[in-house]
Amino acid sequence: MANTQSMCTSFLGELLSATHNFSSANPAHTASTPDTFKAALYLASATLNASTTAYSATGEVTGTGYSAGGVTITNGTNPASTNSSATAGVGYWTPSASITYTGVTLTTAFDTMLMYNSSQSNKAVAVYTFGSQTITSGNFTLTMPSNTTTTALVRLSTT
Amino acid sequence: MIITTTKGDIDESLLSKREGSIDNENEYTTWIEYWLDDELVHRSAHVSLKKSPFTDLIGATLG
Repeated sequence: MANTQSMCTSFLGELLSATHNFSSANPAHTASTPDTFKAALYLASATLNASTTAYSATGEVTGTGYSAGGVTITNGTNPASTNSSATAGVGYWTPSASITYTGVTLTTAFDTMLMYNSSQSNKAVAVYTFGSQTITSGNFTLTMPSNTTTTALVRLSTT
Repeated sequence: MIITTTKGDIDESLLSKREGSIDNENEYTTWIEYWLDDELVHRSAHVSLKKSPFTDLIGATLG
């Protein structure tokens, strides 16, 4: 069993129904505030992948200082988009701050973060994997990549 | 410097410190451990994601 990093397939379909709102300026939603997105950690033995449709506590890390469901992602920058050619472009978004789990003890190896929308029935967005870690009376920090067309954490590109 | 450990707050000078890193195309990760005798009493890690590991491509077709 292993986790596989991928954008969740259900997320792609849900984008077309305006289920997810990453922006503070989205006319498809009556509220002018973005949805709340969260980051949960999963054991290396879990099986998250493109078929994951929503947050589940199955396979999630447990330990001192960690709350089930993880932590809220800071969203201070609206999604952006740009054309890369006359027929292609990219939309992109990245959390505006690092994701930090402070003062935790997670003794069973974990290697995955699930980003999900806690405002919309915990629907899954994407699965991110990294080198396996444990934490003992310490902090775990995930620093985000630069918010650019080529490195942003969430990118949707036409060909 | 005071380190938070499984034994409570302990001055760093009393602990054995170990550090390491992982560097590949997806992440640059550093970790730090503090040991008291032969017991791990503190471990923190910092994963810096270099880029999204994937891009979902959307092709548009009409007709």
